[in-house]
Amino acid sequence: MSYHLYTVGKPTAERRYVEKYWKEVRVGDFIRLRCNEILPADVLLLSTSDPDRLCHIETATLDGETNLKQRQVVRSFFDLDCDFDPLKYNGIIECEKPNNDLNRFRGYIIHRSGRRDALYKENLLLRGCTIRNTEEAVGIVIYAGHETKAMLNNNGPRYKRSKLERQMNVDVFWCVIILLVMCLFAAVGHGLWMFQYGDKRPVFDVLSPEGTDLSPIMSAIYLFLTMIIVFQVLIPISLFVSIEIVKICQVYFIHQDMDLYDEETDSHLQCRALNITEDLGQMQYIFSDKTGTLTENKMVFRRCTVAGVEYSHDANARRLAMYQEMDSEEEECTSHGGTLPRRDSVTSHHSAPVVVLRSQSTKSHRRTGSRAEAKRASILSKHTAFSSPMEKDITPDPQLLDKVNECSGQMDFMRFHSQPMSQLPSDLSDIIDFFIALTICNTVVVSSPNQPRQKVRMRFELKSPVKTIEDFIKRFTPSRLTSGSNSSSSSSLVTNRSSNKGCSSMLSSPSAESTLTKLDEEHPRGGLDQAFSPAPPSYDGKLWNLEEGELRYEAESPDEAALVYAARAYKCSLVGRLPDQVTVELPHLGKLSFELLHTLGFDSTRKRMSVVVRHPLTDQITVYTKGADSVIMDLIKPPNTGNSKGKRQKKIVYRTQNYLNLYAADGLRTLCIAKKIMSKDEYACWLQRHLQAETAIQGREELLYESALRLETNLQLLGATGIEDRLQDGVPETIASLRKAGLQIWVLTGDKQETAVNIAYACKLLDPEEEILTLNADSQEGCALLLEESLHYIQTKFLCSATDQAAKAFHANFAPFEIYPSSSPPSSSHTIPLVVHRLGLVIDGRTLAYALDKSLEDKFLAVARSCRSVLCCRSTPLQKSMVVKLVRNKLKVMTLAIGDGANDVSMIQVADVGVGISGQEGMQAVMASDFALPRFQYLQKLLLVHGHWCYSRLANMILYFFYKNAMFVALVFWYQFYCGFSGSAMIDQWYLIFFNLMFSAFPQLITGTLDKDVSTETLQQLPQLYVSGQNSEEYKPYMFWMNMIDAFYQSLVCFFIPYFAYADSDVDLFTWGTPITSLALFTILLHLGIETKTWTWMNWLSIAFSVALFLTVALCYNASCPTCYSPSNPYWTMQRLLQDPLFYLLCVITPVAALLPRYFYRACQGTLFPSPVQVGRQLDKLPAETRRNILSLSRVKVGSPLSPEPPFLSLTKPSPKGCNKKDQRGFPGSETSQAKKGPVLPADEETGQRSPLEPSDSEMGPSDIYTLVPKEIDAPPYTKDAPPFLEERRPPSDKDSECLDKTLELSERSLSSWITSTPLLAQTDCVQLTLPPDGGSRCVKYTRNSEERLPLDHAVHPAHGTEQMAEQSLHITL
Amino acid sequence: MVKQEKEFVNRPDNTAFTQQRLPAWQPMLSAGIIIPGFVLIGLAFIGIGVALFVTSQSIQVLEVDYTGVEQSSPCFKCSDPDVKNCVCKMEFNIDSLFKGPVFFYYGLSNYFQNYRGYGVSKDPNQLSGDLDSFKVPSDSCAPYEYVGKTPIVPCGSVANSMFNDSFKLYQIVSGAKIQVTLDGKGIAWWTDYNVKYRNPSVTPLKNAFNGTVKPTFWSKPAYELDPTDPANNGFINQDFLVWMRRAALPNFRKLYRRITEGDYAKGLPAGNYSLEIAYNYPVLSFDGRKKVVLSNVSWMGGKNEFLGIAYLVIGSMCVVMSIVMLIVYAKFKFPEEE
Repeated sequence: MSYHLYTVGKPTAERRYVEKYWKEVRVGDFIRLRCNEILPADVLLLSTSDPDRLCHIETATLDGETNLKQRQVVRSFFDLDCDFDPLKYNGIIECEKPNNDLNRFRGYIIHRSGRRDALYKENLLLRGCTIRNTEEAVGIVIYAGHETKAMLNNNGPRYKRSKLERQMNVDVFWCVIILLVMCLFAAVGHGLWMFQYGDKRPVFDVLSPEGTDLSPIMSAIYLFLTMIIVFQVLIPISLFVSIEIVKICQVYFIHQDMDLYDEETDSHLQCRALNITEDLGQMQYIFSDKTGTLTENKMVFRRCTVAGVEYSHDANARRLAMYQEMDSEEEECTSHGGTLPRRDSVTSHHSAPVVVLRSQSTKSHRRTGSRAEAKRASILSKHTAFSSPMEKDITPDPQLLDKVNECSGQMDFMRFHSQPMSQLPSDLSDIIDFFIALTICNTVVVSSPNQPRQKVRMRFELKSPVKTIEDFIKRFTPSRLTSGSNSSSSSSLVTNRSSNKGCSSMLSSPSAESTLTKLDEEHPRGGLDQAFSPAPPSYDGKLWNLEEGELRYEAESPDEAALVYAARAYKCSLVGRLPDQVTVELPHLGKLSFELLHTLGFDSTRKRMSVVVRHPLTDQITVYTKGADSVIMDLIKPPNTGNSKGKRQKKIVYRTQNYLNLYAADGLRTLCIAKKIMSKDEYACWLQRHLQAETAIQGREELLYESALRLETNLQLLGATGIEDRLQDGVPETIASLRKAGLQIWVLTGDKQETAVNIAYACKLLDPEEEILTLNADSQEGCALLLEESLHYIQTKFLCSATDQAAKAFHANFAPFEIYPSSSPPSSSHTIPLVVHRLGLVIDGRTLAYALDKSLEDKFLAVARSCRSVLCCRSTPLQKSMVVKLVRNKLKVMTLAIGDGANDVSMIQVADVGVGISGQEGMQAVMASDFALPRFQYLQKLLLVHGHWCYSRLANMILYFFYKNAMFVALVFWYQFYCGFSGSAMIDQWYLIFFNLMFSAFPQLITGTLDKDVSTETLQQLPQLYVSGQNSEEYKPYMFWMNMIDAFYQSLVCFFIPYFAYADSDVDLFTWGTPITSLALFTILLHLGIETKTWTWMNWLSIAFSVALFLTVALCYNASCPTCYSPSNPYWTMQRLLQDPLFYLLCVITPVAALLPRYFYRACQGTLFPSPVQVGRQLDKLPAETRRNILSLSRVKVGSPLSPEPPFLSLTKPSPKGCNKKDQRGFPGSETSQAKKGPVLPADEETGQRSPLEPSDSEMGPSDIYTLVPKEIDAPPYTKDAPPFLEERRPPSDKDSECLDKTLELSERSLSSWITSTPLLAQTDCVQLTLPPDGGSRCVKYTRNSEERLPLDHAVHPAHGTEQMAEQSLHITL
Repeated sequence: MVKQEKEFVNRPDNTAFTQQRLPAWQPMLSAGIIIPGFVLIGLAFIGIGVALFVTSQSIQVLEVDYTGVEQSSPCFKCSDPDVKNCVCKMEFNIDSLFKGPVFFYYGLSNYFQNYRGYGVSKDPNQLSGDLDSFKVPSDSCAPYEYVGKTPIVPCGSVANSMFNDSFKLYQIVSGAKIQVTLDGKGIAWWTDYNVKYRNPSVTPLKNAFNGTVKPTFWSKPAYELDPTDPANNGFINQDFLVWMRRAALPNFRKLYRRITEGDYAKGLPAGNYSLEIAYNYPVLSFDGRKKVVLSNVSWMGGKNEFLGIAYLVIGSMCVVMSIVMLIVYAKFKFPEEE
């Protein structure tokens, strides 16, 4: 219960605010809040103490963003001079119904005068936010209680049911059926039993209390109901409770994992969904966002092009490389630090060399800078998200820096001499415009680190942005506009060091000081002096630097911050931002204040943002636009080629586009910067319509959108920037490992195709050896055609050509794990046979939209699922979720979506498991997710280790539970045959109750929580083990029945051994029943013992505790009350039993007899036909050194269930003699598979040790493989691959085996030389499927730059070697 | 340093437990462990089995069915439910010395003392001597609760159906009948006799039963069950106690007497014997059988060969399994050495 008192004002006669509880806040109340108070409701801001009529709020509780947000007072209350008086308020507010959209609020306020003022989300303070930096704010409550946006967003945790639980529920249903069958059987039995006596009533038959006789049928019906109660234990209600307990423990352990803890951000994994931990072990598809998920979303300015001239920022690149080197000591990868740039001369991203270089260069600088440094940075500035020194300290390009200096120097000179600025050479003016655009075209808030929550005020005047036409006319009267740099203009914000005119005083002391004093009054806490000390008009670099060091930028998107930092490196620094003005400090020129007329914020449809400012030097109304190159380039004013200026423009556009392509090819995020100068008439015209749009109630978004479109036309291109979004740590390794685990990884990104493809190469999602199918269509038909073609292509290439070596290689390498579940033959497999080829699919957003159409989705899926990697670019959040939904529903697979931003929320919610990266793009993704990770690479451990454990633990526990209940209930059932099916039980009623509740409850919980089938290390190093979860191998439907059969068998044993042992004796009911109870308990515990893989002291303790508890309870119970517990009253039974040797004899033989079959089965299976998981467990038993050797070789044949030779049995005794012998005999087989693995090896298996994709790789590749071959020969016998006949059995089709036979005929010599003569990269194919936009020519071209691999027949003659390589291009005309 | 540690408030505890690194024993079901294990268990079981079997073999059992189904049976005449107070004699002979102490059981077949409604039908408070329950028996006794309005003591079906045949055993030595002394003491559980069942502390006992009637099937009231021994009457009558302890299975025997006294304490010598049966209890209506069992006991109770055989079977199975595994294992483990 919160007792926060809040000052809620009512227009009472006393004219004062009274304190109220949150719960008493009602809609329409006036509320006054002070600094650092939390908003109790959604409040419309009517007044603040801030002179700008602003209120700063922190929205961390809503979206996790820690930067301050500004909210504005409703416009009509803007000009109130005195304090807001609720008594005088008499407007009517109309607004939309409560909804959960945090970023939207529409409504208007109707004043007494009838004037309507629109209300925006900027006017609304949302519940849960904290007031910061604002002394006092007054508002009126719009939504209260559960109608607040925060509460409406708070859906509580979603309930997802895991696959395992769904599967389990089916079996629970079966349990019900079994129960009913048993009851029915007993009822019929009882009816017959009654019937056989006919009219003769035996002495032991008891009449009803009334003394009447029941007919057999009636008693059968009664008995049916009785039996339901007796057997109800079969329905495992306790199972549901136990599952919840185990899941909570699992969540606890996942939370506690040190490996999932990120020191940099001091965050650990959060499990937000408590009931789907085991789903983590069953994932089949991963859908990943790119930005912020695979990449760090730490934007680093890398290079730019201004006015068609490229500045490569080599020094900056070197600096970035240095950050990497600090880290790379422990990494073996050879760092090519300084040499990484200037690779952009390679034009095509499809060609292998670029890819190789790209992956190398990315690798060499993908680190964030040293961890220690990052940590320091995060300690220094806990609140700012984007402040790592790597992002801030940009080394300027000397050439460009010179130009900037020269330019500003000239401008200074011109201003001094009152020359018009238009005389500036256009290239120089472009440069200065470019940097001004970088600096002001954003929403970055400037703050000072000393007072982190204070905005820096460099205030020269108080003026609101243009809000009305009158305002506009007033402010833009011709006289003032023409006054230009006239000092008398109050709006001119020129600060001039040498100016003797009035404005200089604005810059220096007087006005600044007055602001300061005002601030001082407002913030009596003091400590503001240093923060607000007005910058003295000094221009020497030192002081400038000093001040610069103190400024900090808080941006909503990291790109913006990166650009502002980049501009600052060129001494063009943002020093202050107010709603109506932006202050920029330029070299020579000093501080310039741009009057900010409008900000058209970024949105994803426009993909750009613009600011409209009045340039202080030229006094022109200038629009600066920054946005994605694709949209900006379309908005560029078509250059008039007639004059030289136009030609220049055209050249700039052309060149810039070229550089943009290069940047994209280099994996950089590109942004174009453009500007436009508007005449005041144009502006007035636009403004009028814009204001209409702003005040519209209906369809305001659309109107504003159109208004923005009208403004952002005919732009003049200034330049472009390339920002690098660095890969997160360990992303390629994680992807490789997840892929080895049989997971399909799809990347769904909003980024450009080129950038996305490059990042995909960098993170090893796409492989240089893979063919890439690129689908870009402009129409539905085109898309259909493309899909058709791709399908056809895939079929011809992979399915029909059995001799295709590449496909073969893939089969051989992945067959055991990816294609078919290893434990079952392919035909009986329930999972879809995932025939995955070495293909990559790249599809863009538009094509995706067509492909997701109902008519095409099946084809799209058919294509996509046969590709190893799928990359969807330019996809909208909705498309992302549609893709996930499509795959999940159509392929019936388990999907995981991982993302970090708000655009991933829908995808995260749709997927079976949603993972949010608690990164830098706010908390929306985390809020929507089931698991929140600090880093992408933790996904590996989360899935491979925790997922596997959670799944196998729970699956085993559920099976055990079914077994346990069935086994216990069946005991009573068998007894019915000996008590006339009367529902009598030989097990005491209290034992019946406590058996599940206490006696057998704890060990299984401990095992379900702690059991580790395979150790962390092995699971991570052998990702293939994950497949067992994907195929649900721990819990298949037949296993339920096996367990049931086992349970019935065991209960038969536990029933009939005592039965025969006590047959024909004078044993009484409970003296006979109590041993059975004990036996059942021991059997059940020992059964658990067989199923338990790791025995910690807690397992021992729990089992000992269970036994002790049973004996104690039994002894106490049997000694407690001689007359109670009717009807059983087992007084002194246990005590007598403990003196009976027969009891002990039974206790020894029964569990052994009951568990013998299961133990025998387990032993045989574990020894002779170990599953991959069991092999992994055997690996765990080996000494660490041996294990590491085996794992590093990665030749573990864990996937061959038919292996007649247990792979690790011979492992412990590698005798040299046997070794040689085996090598000779086994060589062809191992060679074969080695050959097949060849091409895959460097990419998939060797990433950890060395990077084969070094620049000189095209030559190195083959030799790499060659070196691996001798290794194989030298290897001890346990590395030997399965003997040849194994290989024959595995491939599913006849063709395959036929082909294999051929392979096997090859001699070892020919094979090995064949391998060496095959260039690694030769098979890189590129299939570009593009349709011309008109779709008229209908030509699909497969460009196949492939050097065909040697057909097998030729491989017998090694001499031919590379000569056989043929270049082939394939044209298909439709 | 202290400050730095404070930075990581969310850092998980690095303990073996939280990191799931508890030291653990991983039993591996490998042939190398299993085969010797199976052999050891098998051999131990065979040993126990042999011991049990031998012990069981040494126990002598003699069963005499006196239901009187066959017309040749001496008790045939008594099997008619209309004949009251019928006495019949069964003759049998013992070949060799029946070692003592000999236990004298009566056995019933197809008799469901474990029937649910039957088992419930008693009043434990009444049986522990609670006089209030004499007046108002528990509802669980219904329909053997009242006769008219008079409460039945002891109430309920179990007590009502008490076995009421009685036996006398004679050895026939050259035509003369020598009665074998049967000891009726200590045949019930000690706790039943001393703790669980109590007579009301009213002397004479008969007075406690004033205002009650005997169970309908009984011929004598509870306080007159054993005219020879006043301490063996009421609820602590040994035969009553034995009957009240319900049998677990429909074919059961109950201890009737022990032969521990007199000349026959060392056992029943070989010879002819005559069993004189006061035949009262009707069993033919439910196809039941009545028998008398003479048996001596060992440390493991009565004669039961099953447990010994079970041990032998399970033991041999373990050994066989280990051999099978050894063969399979050897075949697959050393394929090169074939």
